[in-house]
Order: sequence, then C-alpha cells, then structure tokens
Amino acid sequence: MSLQTPIARARGLGSAKNGSEHWIVQRVTAVLLLPLTLWFLYFACSLVGADYASVKAAVAQPWCAALLASFMIIVLYHAQLGLQVVIEDYLHVRWLEISALVIVKFIAFFGSIVVLLALARVALGA
Amino acid sequence: MSTTSSQGSKRPLSPFMIGPYYRPQLTSILSITHRGTGVFLCAGALLLVWGCVALAAGQSDFATFVECLGSPLGTLAVIGFVYSLWFHFFNGLRHLGWDVGRGLELASAYSSGYAVMILTLLAGSATLWLIYLRS
Repeated sequence: MSLQTPIARARGLGSAKNGSEHWIVQRVTAVLLLPLTLWFLYFACSLVGADYASVKAAVAQPWCAALLASFMIIVLYHAQLGLQVVIEDYLHVRWLEISALVIVKFIAFFGSIVVLLALARVALGA
Repeated sequence: MSTTSSQGSKRPLSPFMIGPYYRPQLTSILSITHRGTGVFLCAGALLLVWGCVALAAGQSDFATFVECLGSPLGTLAVIGFVYSLWFHFFNGLRHLGWDVGRGLELASAYSSGYAVMILTLLAGSATLWLIYLRS
C-alpha cells in the first residue's frame, strides 16, 4: 500500500522500476565534464616532462587540487553510470549482472575516496 | 525481465542482427563507438586514480607511474585514451544536442557524425602533438 498518488507513482516508476534520475544525472555529469575535461587536458599537457617536485607543486595549488578532485570524482561517477547501462544491456545472467554492478559501483566509490585522500595529502603537504 | 527474453527463442535480437540481417551505418557505428570508448575510458580513469596515488606516495612511486606511461604499451594506451576522450567528448555533445531535440533529422545526424570524426582526428592529433612532439 503506497501513500503516493497514482500520478506521482507513474512519474517515478516506469517498467524499469526506477525513475528518470539515472538518465538526468548522466547528462548533468556529462555537461559538468565538458569544461572540466578541457581544463584537465590543458593541465595534463602542461605537466608533460615536468619533474616530480613541479608536478606535485602544480597539483598542490588550491584551484588545481580542487579542479582535479572534481574532475576525477565526476569522471568516476559518470563512468559507473555508463558502465551500469552497458552491464544491464549485455549481461543477461542475473547473478553476474548484479555482481558486476556491485563491483563497478564499489570500484567507483573506492576510487573516489582514494583520489580524495591522495589529493588531500598532496594539497595539504603531508 | 531481461533474464528470460534472450533465452527461449532463437530469433535474432537488435542490435545483435549484425551479419546477414543488418547493414551497419555511420549512425549505429558511432553509437557503439561511443559505448566502446566510454568503457575503454574507464580504464583511463583508473590509470588517473593510480597517478594521483603515486603522486601522493612519493617520488619513486611517481617515477614508476611515469615510466609505465612512457613504455610502448603505455604510449599506445595514452594515444588510445586521447582519441577516445575526444571522440566521447564530441559525440557526447552530439548526444546532448539530441537530448534537447537538436539535429535529430537524418541529414543532420549524418553531418554531425562526420563532424565528430573530423574534430576527433584534429583535436586528438593536436593533443598528441602537445604531449609528444612539442619541446
């Protein structure tokens, strides 16, 4: 028994049993990644051939650390959203599908934590 | 639901009708390439995670990371990532255009498709020039 009105249910639940949120977030992260990707490529290309100390100093700059962290976290989020769709489309053995989804989501989550801690360490000069 | 739909019957299912039933076109090839580059770029994302960790871990770890990027396999991967990223970037823009209802006519879908390929080639090559040939 749901307390939702029929129209609220229809808006939120299609045959896929979840709403359009996934689709929207995939687009929102895509739009965010347009400028962030351009910045990242510019930043990465500017560091080619630089020694360890210069790379570390460049990444440690407050804006660079923040932009790089944002880029990485949004990339990982966008990646797991995309991989989710690919897995759901092509993996038709249910337990494999669920396992792959959990693994992909966990790797994206863990990768985000790892990046945040690593960049915090670089940026805060530990 | 999808667990049973593909078993049971032997009928070919779209898009797996490739072969005698289905003639690939630019639009479908670019569509699957968008997926392919997306999946491939996930490996690139993990490579960047490693790069961040190596940078935090210290000079010798970072040297190992840079050495791997500079190895023949690493160079091949970087070239692949650069072109894949630009393709996914431009074709993603094309998809975002469709999402707001722009360029859905067949003629514009084709011309934007060719534009994506040309832009990918140009931007990818320019990026690789910045990485490898400048200096």
